[in-house]
Formats: sequence, structure tokens, C-alpha cells
Amino acid sequence: MNPVAVTIFIALFAFVTLLGFGAARWRRGDLDHLHEWGLGGRRFGTLVTWFLLGGDLYTAYTFVAVPALMFGAGAVGFFAVPYTVLVYPILFAVFPKLWAVAHEKGYVTAADVVRGRFDSRMLALAIAVTGIVATMPYIALQLVGMEVVIAGLGIPMTMTVAGVAVPDAPLLIAFVVLAAYTYNSGLRAPALIAVVKDALLYITVLAAVIVIPAQLGGYAKIFASVDAKSLLLAPAAPGNLGAQSAYATLALGSALALLLYPHSVTGLLSASSVKAVKRNAVILPAYSFALGLIALLGFMAVAAGVKSLPEFASGFKQFGNTFAVPALFLHSFPAWFVGIAFAAIAIGALVPAAIMSIACANLFTRNIYKEFIAPNASHKSESQVAKITSLVVKLGALFFIIELPMQYAINLQLLGGILIIQTLPAVFLGLYMRRLHPMALLAGWAAGIAAGAWMFVDAGYKTTYALKLFSLTVPCYEALSSLVLNLAIALVLSAMLGGGKRQESRA
Amino acid sequence: MNEPAPKRGPRLSWLLLLLPFAAMLFVPFYNRVEPTFLGIPFFYWYQLLWIPLGVLVLLPAYLADRR
Repeated sequence: MNPVAVTIFIALFAFVTLLGFGAARWRRGDLDHLHEWGLGGRRFGTLVTWFLLGGDLYTAYTFVAVPALMFGAGAVGFFAVPYTVLVYPILFAVFPKLWAVAHEKGYVTAADVVRGRFDSRMLALAIAVTGIVATMPYIALQLVGMEVVIAGLGIPMTMTVAGVAVPDAPLLIAFVVLAAYTYNSGLRAPALIAVVKDALLYITVLAAVIVIPAQLGGYAKIFASVDAKSLLLAPAAPGNLGAQSAYATLALGSALALLLYPHSVTGLLSASSVKAVKRNAVILPAYSFALGLIALLGFMAVAAGVKSLPEFASGFKQFGNTFAVPALFLHSFPAWFVGIAFAAIAIGALVPAAIMSIACANLFTRNIYKEFIAPNASHKSESQVAKITSLVVKLGALFFIIELPMQYAINLQLLGGILIIQTLPAVFLGLYMRRLHPMALLAGWAAGIAAGAWMFVDAGYKTTYALKLFSLTVPCYEALSSLVLNLAIALVLSAMLGGGKRQESRA
Repeated sequence: MNEPAPKRGPRLSWLLLLLPFAAMLFVPFYNRVEPTFLGIPFFYWYQLLWIPLGVLVLLPAYLADRR
């Protein structure tokens, strides 16, 4: 345990905790209203939205998992770059319209929008439940990023409090603190903390891509140290498109899925204007660039040979390749900077975890509680239910990561992408196509989920499934192939049923 | 956006949004080492380059839409 690194880490953590509680007073609004607690009063301008979405879409888990994949598997891990390139044209095409509809009618969630457009409670319920189920394991995985850096600092995971040994104590503390200020301040807390997190993140990335290559003798040497087979994707073989079709479909499917996640919708709906949304489509790619550089850290870890260094043996044993970036930082940076870099990762886990739990809480409150349990709930009780739901969601995530093997959370998060993309026809196409029938959308959703989950299990919990098209084998991201089935069913059935009643019944 | 006059402008600029999809989804084009740039293989710098290019193709639609 290095006292300098640990002190800086804890000081930064304490600072953002204060910010989190203080955020309730920032751009003060009545937190007894759900759109104030759960959408920050829709008052975030271009810059705050940029920080919020940057902290939200590019999660700590992403920043640890992507270089870990590069470290372990090579070129495949770089799909994160084309993935984030494709996100922004989609965001630009769809979200200004979604924002305008939500703003006009006072909608808080994607399921609200679907409820209003198609006048179908069941379809809206399907959208809400899919969102919650897909997001829960994602919250759990944010803890993984935090766990890895805490272990990297050498802080003992089991602490003795009043004579009783408490396992995973640092994680428990971090999560209780997070739960408390999210409850207290709502979406304002992660918005304010995101500013600090992003500042730390950019400093870390900048230092890493300058200092580490200099130590390792330049980029040419770094790439030369990577095994020739993992430097590129395996070329297509006769009759099999192989890794290249997997790569392209992973990039496209992930880009479509990302924007449908409840935390993306919550982040974008909290913007104060269409202009702020559009501007963010233009300025958010700055984070993509940071992510691309961070992905390359995986290769730098290979070049530095961290896996064979004895001081990191226990870390790799416990966390596998996920430990590659923390090990690289410990190996390359002075202690004080390790404190800053690790704080960036740990605080980077708090922001999306908070936004995701708020997004789940919004969905539960608006589309399950108010729709099916207490239709006459007041604003105040609506807001109260959301606050409590955000606590329950985080407790669930904590239980998940402490009690179950990490692999379960990872598999469920992968499945989550396949599930959430099935809401695309209702949420995105519903904005543009009037002739969709809610029952057709529901049938497509069910078929997409069944097919996607079946392929995922049949492939042995892998996200690509080898489709056979006549004599050609096409490995394809299951989210994309199941979405095609979903779309085909939704469009054909809609044509047969003669379109939906298009009512905007509920304000 | 629905006024008759500026209709052609926005339409064309929206087509530009399809360019990143063509550039990113045709993998065999960039799945190679040469030409390298500062020692970085083509596969990596080409995809990184598309992050700023992706912003550039958004700009015409962004500007046309602003009115």
C-alpha cells in the first residue's frame, strides 16, 4: 500500500462526495417533482450535458474492459472505436426529435414516449421492463472497475470494524455514499461530479499517451511487441467471413443499442434544448478519441510486459486481464499520479452508476408504479418512490457483485445489449413511422428477445453467432441479427393489421 | 425545416451521415498494417481518424438545421 497514492485517492473521493450532497442546491428546483429529481429539471445546457453524457456513456467499466480486451485478444477490442464513430450520426438523426416530443408532452422516459405514441400500456411496460433488466447488470459492472483500482492501491478488501470482519468493506462504503447523495440530490449529483471525473480522466489519458510510449521507446516498438496474429483481424476464409463480419456487426449493433439504454435517454432528455442535444452530437466524439487512446493502453501493457512482473501476479490472478491497465499505471507512473489516475477510474464508476439507477427509478415510477399500481399518485409520492427505487436498484447491484461470480454480471451485461436493442422499433421508428401497430411491435420485441437470448446461450454465452446463409458462414452480433427478425415481424404484422390507432391520449 | 425553400440543402447534408457507416462497416478495406503512420498500423490510425471525420460529416447537417 502506497501512502501517497492512497491519500490522494481518498481525498479526491471525499471531495466528490461533498459535491454530490451539495449538488441539491445547484440550479435549485423542487426535488419533490420527478422531472426535477430524475431529469435535473431539464435545465442542463450544452456544456453540462456534455460532461454528464461523457461520464454516462463512456463508463469506468468501458475504460477498463476495452484495453483489457485489447491486452488479451488484440485487434477485436478496437471495435469500441467504430462503435463510437457510428453512435453520433444516429444520435443526431433521432434524439432531437425524441427530445422535442418528450419536452412537449412532459415525458420522462422512453416508455412514456411509446405509451403516448401508441396508446398501449403493455407495449410501454415491455419497454420499461427491458430497460430495467438490461441496466441492472451494467450498474453491477461499474463496481468491477472500482474494485480493481482499490485492490491495485493495496487497500485491504476485508476490514475489521469493531471486532467484526467485513468483506468488501471499501466497496460497501463507496456504494452507501453514492446511494445517499443520489437519493438526496437526484441527477444533479452525477452531473456535477462528472465535471471533476472528466477533468481527471483527460489529464490521465493525456499523461498516459505521452509518458508511457516515451518510456517504451515509441509507438512503433509498442505495436512491434504485439503478437502478429492479434495485431489485425483474421482475414475471411472461403465460405466464412470470420472475424471481420463479427467486428462490423458488433460495432453497428452496439452503437444502436447504446442510445436505447435508459441512462442514455435520461442523460439526453435532461438537456435544456434541442440545440444542446445537437451540439453534443458534434462535441461528444472528444470522448471517443480518449477511448481510442485508452484502448491502445492494452497494447502498451503488453509492451511493458506487466503480466510477467512478480509484483502484479496476485492482481492478475484475482482479476485476469482487467488488471492490465491498473498494473500499467502502477508500473509507469509516480505514486501521486497513480492516486489521480485511479481516482479517475473509481469516480468514473460513480457517475454512470448514479445515472443508471436514476434512469431505472424513473422507468419504474412512471411506467410501472404510476401506470399499474397507483394511478393517482401525487408528484411528491412519485418522486419519493423514485428515490427509494434508486436505493433498491443499487443494493441489488451490490449484492450481485459481492455474492455472485463476476462472470455472471459480465454475461448478463452482454445479454443486456441484445435485449435493449429490441426496443428500437417502438422507440426510434415509432417517432417517424405512423403506420406501426402496437401489437406488431410487441410481437417483434418478443421474437427478437427469444431469438437473441437463444443464440447467446447456444453460442456458449458469446455475443456472436455464426449464421449460415446458404453455403456462407457469417458470424454476426446477436443483437443485430435478432433485431432484423424483430423489424421484419413488426413491419409485416403492422401492414397486415393496418397500422395503429395514432392517438396522443395522455399529456 | 418544412419550409419549401431550404429543402434541398438539408436533404443532401443528411446523406453525408451515411458516410461513417460505409467507412466503418467495410472492414476488409482497413484490416491491414500498411501504410503505417508514426509506427501505428493502418487498422488503428484509420479508425481513429474517423472520429474527427465523423464530426466533419455532421457539420453540414448541423449548420443547415440551425435556422
